Amino acid sequence: MAAATPRIIVVGGGLAGLSAVIKIAEAGGKVDLFSIVPVKRSHSVCAQGGINAAKNLKGEGDNVDKHFDDTVFGGDFLANQTPVKNMTAQGPAIIDLLDRMGVPFNRTPEGLLDFRRFGGTLYHRTAFAGATTGQQLLYALDEQVRRFESEGKVTKYEGWEFLSSVLDGGGVCRGICAMDLRSMEVRTFPADAIIICTGGNGAIFGKSTNSVVCTGSAQSALYQQGAYYANGEFIQVHPTAIPGEDKLRLMSESARGEGGRVWVPKKQGDTRPGQNIPEDDRFYFLEEWYPKYGNLVPRDIATRAIHKIVYEHNLGIDGQPQVYLDVSHIDRATLERKIEGILEIYEKFVGDDPHEVPMKIFPGVHYTMGGMWVDFDQMTNIPGVFAAGEADYSIHGANRLGANSLLSCIYGGFVAGPNAMAYAKSLPAQQGDGGHAAEKQRQTEMNNLLLSNPGKENPFKLWRELGDTMTRHATIIRYNSGLQEADGKIVELLDRYKCINLGDKSQWANTSFAFTRQLYNMLQLARVMVQGAEKRDESRGAHYKPDFTERNDEQFLKTTMASYDSANNQPIIGYDDVDTQWIKPRPRRYDATA
Amino acid sequence: MATKTKNGHGGTKAEPYKGTSYKVSIKRQAHPDAPARTEVFELPYRKGMNITSVLGDIAMEPVNASGADTTAIAYDANCLEEICGSCAMLINGKARMACSALVDKLLAEAGGDTITLAPLSKFPVVRDLAVDRSVLFENLKAVKAWVPIDGSYDLGPGPKQFPQIQEARYPLSNCISCTICMEVCPQFNEDTNFVGAATIAQARLFNMDPSGAVLKEERLRALAGDGGVQECGYAQNCVQACPKQLPLTEAISDISRDVIVQKVKDFFVR
Repeated sequence: MAAATPRIIVVGGGLAGLSAVIKIAEAGGKVDLFSIVPVKRSHSVCAQGGINAAKNLKGEGDNVDKHFDDTVFGGDFLANQTPVKNMTAQGPAIIDLLDRMGVPFNRTPEGLLDFRRFGGTLYHRTAFAGATTGQQLLYALDEQVRRFESEGKVTKYEGWEFLSSVLDGGGVCRGICAMDLRSMEVRTFPADAIIICTGGNGAIFGKSTNSVVCTGSAQSALYQQGAYYANGEFIQVHPTAIPGEDKLRLMSESARGEGGRVWVPKKQGDTRPGQNIPEDDRFYFLEEWYPKYGNLVPRDIATRAIHKIVYEHNLGIDGQPQVYLDVSHIDRATLERKIEGILEIYEKFVGDDPHEVPMKIFPGVHYTMGGMWVDFDQMTNIPGVFAAGEADYSIHGANRLGANSLLSCIYGGFVAGPNAMAYAKSLPAQQGDGGHAAEKQRQTEMNNLLLSNPGKENPFKLWRELGDTMTRHATIIRYNSGLQEADGKIVELLDRYKCINLGDKSQWANTSFAFTRQLYNMLQLARVMVQGAEKRDESRGAHYKPDFTERNDEQFLKTTMASYDSANNQPIIGYDDVDTQWIKPRPRRYDATA
Repeated sequence: MATKTKNGHGGTKAEPYKGTSYKVSIKRQAHPDAPARTEVFELPYRKGMNITSVLGDIAMEPVNASGADTTAIAYDANCLEEICGSCAMLINGKARMACSALVDKLLAEAGGDTITLAPLSKFPVVRDLAVDRSVLFENLKAVKAWVPIDGSYDLGPGPKQFPQIQEARYPLSNCISCTICMEVCPQFNEDTNFVGAATIAQARLFNMDPSGAVLKEERLRALAGDGGVQECGYAQNCVQACPKQLPLTEAISDISRDVIVQKVKDFFVR
């Protein structure tokens, strides 16, 4: 039997990872927490608008069943319903806990939590701390973990990158292999169970709203080790981001939740500055097309509407792919109290003051609904490998509703942590070294191969080509011909990868080297996305094909299950049934007026 | 609400740069023990760049201004939108975040065609522009910057809190741990062992929380001795340099007062 105190490794120190750590430490387990960056700098800090929970503090008759229904409906019925039901049921208790941890949530005059509206619901269901809710939540969990760390219950390995899991002869996980990003040392670490909380994969699209570390590398490595990757083709493109040289900066849905309006000039080629265009000459197309939800339609709907207004109606501002997101009609005090954080981002990076002038925005890759396949206990098909947060595929189906991600991260971590503990307690002892030496050997060889590559290719240039291809063919509008072209391009890039020349071969804090390792995994995962998209001949949530505009439940009310065919170095795309036992699938329409 | 300072970003747009290329002079160091050297890069000018995209451009074409092949620059960066706190460095001699430092403004500010980059000077260099700032996270442990909750299980809602408490706490809770306040502080050095403004501000944040206040006395005692709040020389550099406009000097004077009260109390009681 395993040791009396289970040893769990958590990879990733964002909301999901830290939530899992808290549950394990509290239950008496030993945790080793691995993160590329100091955990306080994880991508969760970028979440802005808020966190959903049906607390019904506004007298609207909201309840957890309505939250459940909105989430399943918003996800176009692709999510397994039981975990969504459980998550929404726990929402109010999770908000209470965060409140007790000292998260500075905005308050009502009576001193209760304030809630705002978000997309895809008609209720005020989103608790918020200004417009930096993710940052505030991450800090609260980080502080709790620091407390456990000071008590010796948690050991942090910050500045270490996960390379692979260590699997024994029976395919059971016995630890991880990781690389120290300073000394470049490759080492294996023993564990009775591991939890992968490594977030999203926006880097595969080159520019996105994601942070630099969001490459999907860990998930891809595990997929290549035999884990299923599910619904990879479902990528959320957020309707409102600020285009930039190095990234697309998110302009939170909370701007619309607090009354922000999306519009374009009615007249093509109107050269007047936005603030000088009178009301009558503005086209509030979301409000016109979706009178009931208006500017707060779900993200996939808003994104396609903006795409349509720009590319079919040719009404983009100055003929460019951009539309106005306008909060300048809202009084300054309200903006300061509720969304100042995001307005500052706009002002700093664009140089215009959004209190005075409408912001110029365009959709940008934002979130992956797909991820590692997990069962209802958050365990993948590799025994002992769990996953939680954006890294797993559960909860959001074909489209995620705004402010559900923070909840799903914490919920996922809270489920994965205790289940990993329970699993570890009943795990039979490993035979021999459990595969540690062999895995270390395999990873070291991969490093050596990279260091001795003779070619001329620059990894960052290959990455740019990958990003351009993926953004062109696998985002808002998808055609099978384009997806096939993209897959061919990725195969070409995988081939050229063999000719990467690392200009920097030093073995100290070599960031290009670490990036090049991630790049390989990005390429492998990109194929999962484009092949899954190509084979899904329907439109559902974020996945839209002009050649197949309807949802096809008969054929595709299925989870896409990608597995890695190592003999042929390519994905195998299969399907699994979706749990629809609670809510009968119905057509998803947001344009009704009633 | 605290008074907002602009710290050189935001507000008015800079004059457009006229040149077709510009130079970036970077202080580099291969290893913590290696000697520092300066390497200059000449890059084609494009509008709308920030320093992190400049460093990305260099990685894609690592050739210096003399035409010699070189290596990509090591630096810390993650969110690129000034919320993760990673990319603090000295830019044109001033401590600030690389992601929100815009090339057009920097060139206008320098008045020439060259931008200089160097690592923060008060933290051990890891490589090039990357430094080790873990001291801050250790300091946060020392002042117990957390709310000691009973457990993560469902214990119902927290106490009611007037909006005024939230409005006072929220600005302090925006600290991104960039350590710029420590870099610019004349008192933050090996002689004083001063913890720096960020840690004091976090102690203040948790002392203001209705439940976090249970550890108030411990936090104040931790800040009472050598390296504590008394080391502050009120230079006010911190509050001017903070990229998130934290009310740092207010927090320091509040904590100073509380520390004195605590010392008096302890003198009579202990």
